[in-house]
Amino acid sequence: MSITIEVNNKKIEAKKDETILEVLNKNGIHVPTLCHIKGMLPDGACRMCLVEQKESGKLITSCSAKVYDGLEVLTHSPKVTEARKVIVELLLSNHPDDCLYCVRNLNCELQTLSENLNVRERRISGKKNQLKIDRSSPSIIRDPEKCILCGRCVRVCEEVMGVSAIDFVNRGNQSYIGVAFDKGLNISSCVNCGQCIVVCPTGALTEKNHFSEIIQALNDKSKQVVVQYAPAISVSLAEEFGLPIGTDMVGALNAALRKIGFNFVFDTTFAADLTIMEESAELIKRVQENKNLPIISSCCPSWVKYAEEFVPEFLDNVSSCKSPQQMMGSVIKSYFAEKSNIKKEDIYSVSLMPCTAKKFEAQREEMTTNGISDVDAVLTTRELVKFIRLYGVNMLDIEPEVADSPLGTGTSAGKLFGTSGGVAEAAIRTAYYKLTGTELLNFRIPEIRGFKNRKEAKIKIGDLELGVAVVNGLGNAKKLLDEISAGRSDIHFIEIMACPGGCIAGGGQPLNFDQEAFKKRAEALYMIDNNAFVKVSHKNPDVINLYNNYLKEPLGEKSHKLLHTNYTKRNVLK
Amino acid sequence: MKKNVESIFEQYPKSGRPDLIPLLQDVQESYGWLSEENVVKVSQFLDIPVSNIFGVATFYNQFRFQPVGEYHIQVCRGTACHVLGSSTVLKEIEKQIKVKAGNTTKDGVFSIEIVACIGACGLAPVISVNGEFHAKVTVESIKSIIDSYKTIEKK
Ligand code: SF4
Repeated sequence: MSITIEVNNKKIEAKKDETILEVLNKNGIHVPTLCHIKGMLPDGACRMCLVEQKESGKLITSCSAKVYDGLEVLTHSPKVTEARKVIVELLLSNHPDDCLYCVRNLNCELQTLSENLNVRERRISGKKNQLKIDRSSPSIIRDPEKCILCGRCVRVCEEVMGVSAIDFVNRGNQSYIGVAFDKGLNISSCVNCGQCIVVCPTGALTEKNHFSEIIQALNDKSKQVVVQYAPAISVSLAEEFGLPIGTDMVGALNAALRKIGFNFVFDTTFAADLTIMEESAELIKRVQENKNLPIISSCCPSWVKYAEEFVPEFLDNVSSCKSPQQMMGSVIKSYFAEKSNIKKEDIYSVSLMPCTAKKFEAQREEMTTNGISDVDAVLTTRELVKFIRLYGVNMLDIEPEVADSPLGTGTSAGKLFGTSGGVAEAAIRTAYYKLTGTELLNFRIPEIRGFKNRKEAKIKIGDLELGVAVVNGLGNAKKLLDEISAGRSDIHFIEIMACPGGCIAGGGQPLNFDQEAFKKRAEALYMIDNNAFVKVSHKNPDVINLYNNYLKEPLGEKSHKLLHTNYTKRNVLK
Repeated sequence: MKKNVESIFEQYPKSGRPDLIPLLQDVQESYGWLSEENVVKVSQFLDIPVSNIFGVATFYNQFRFQPVGEYHIQVCRGTACHVLGSSTVLKEIEKQIKVKAGNTTKDGVFSIEIVACIGACGLAPVISVNGEFHAKVTVESIKSIIDSYKTIEKK
């Protein structure tokens, strides 16, 4: 039902049941928020979104108050702006003054708020809380002194991820956000997804940085520095360099990485194709033997850790395939090293990922061979952008180049790994071919594309009706697994991604982007697929060569050694 | 009589979130404090993440995360005591035994707890050591009170 309200003395239409904030946003009226997360229930804790109810002069939180017919509000009256300013000043009174040294300098919501509210002097000062930085996690650093207690990380961790690694501790001005019993994040149930970083308004949550190790390797004459980049990376950079969101920058990226000094530039999409070869073989084998079904994808390291902690009963279902990052790492230090006559000790292997959990994955014990890790350092997309700037590369004025062979070719099937549904689609394309000898019609499975939390499809492959489910957000994954535990048996293949939307919305991606940006990145990937000449992993010429000359066959002895892994139940504080 | 956690759980047959605080109180009453081990058990029993439970438990002053010392000092921070200087009293005690409120000394002899009101406002500022009240304490008298317990301990 439509009603009329008055905002800043102007009548506007609203729908009953909408919150004031929703109506304001729809009408292009900007009210600042801190604790609010679009699409989640309002919290009303930070009071930034206050508006003045004209009649009573009361200040109300627009995020939680619903509109009603005849409501009159002022969004920027002196009373409102003063109240907001005081809130920011109070937050600043307990905040370190080291913006210049902060990772979030120039990209911090607290900075923006104090700038917009014209905070120009310290009117409120007091004793600041002294809290310890938690550097225990391989992926995430928490600096509680920079935290302004908006609680967005806590909510994402609980409501989207179903992990609840962190929560508010203590009360009143002694409050902080932490792990139970003040333990480190490394022994908590944290799955390193980085979604808490994505929602953090300040520098309280950041990824662990490895710039200095990488720079050292780049300057070390005895090292061959090899870099790989994930399928989602090339479509997630453009906006940072002033180009339209979703522009594919793969050519510029290859060139930039060479300029920086990487000796070999490889595309993880190649390894995504390799993953598909192994995973589809595994799927077919399990279907034929009717064993350990449904098979669940293992590309997402947050999901894998979640499974080890929360649903170990499904570990036999998780595909034994390493993730593309790790397959690539392993192939670089075996096949590539042998072929190019480089000792594997002399290779320093870097990967560029839209993900913070990849940092965790790279240092897992299972991902090392004789004490040498397959991947030595991981940078997130955010860090990559900084790295490119550090080396002064102009991404807008650079001649595009192609990646190096033999690990530089990827098909568009592998490229789809970057978005939710992509792994499943690529796997089915290849499984379909292997089972029937013909290609899947149009190569497309539209039912599993898009941004819904859960997508399902039934695909006829000969006599088999293959059930596929795609979920993103670990909370949603848990719901599906509960159904399966309760006896649901029509699903053969499940793709699980921790981040809502998949890797294009990963925890390592540039900040301040919304659903619209994610959609554009996904569209870009599907566009690449539409225009591609080779749309199936089994036709990747370099992958075929790798099997012919080295691995022999999917699930073979060598593949098993290099490309597969195992999982174990983890006891964590949860 | 100390009940183990499992037998405490038996008293909560249809358990759920609302049982959290009473359950924690029972565990604390029986053990004197909330150990990590027991909180994890409560978390599994009620199916509530440990981080949530720690959050709730640290919100209230009544819960402890260290065993109480041999001598458990309760410092009243109620209104009457506050007016008569209980905050300086507390600071002095913390200084004397070298731990903050809520904690226990390394040797396990003393622990401090802040309580809201002991109900002995006439004696303000008042502290209680293992239930024994000390009335109208001052910064000066604290040292001798604490020393007296130290001497018993030595004997
Ligand atoms: S990284 Fe993910 S799982 Fe870990 S604390 Fe942040 S949101 Fe929770």
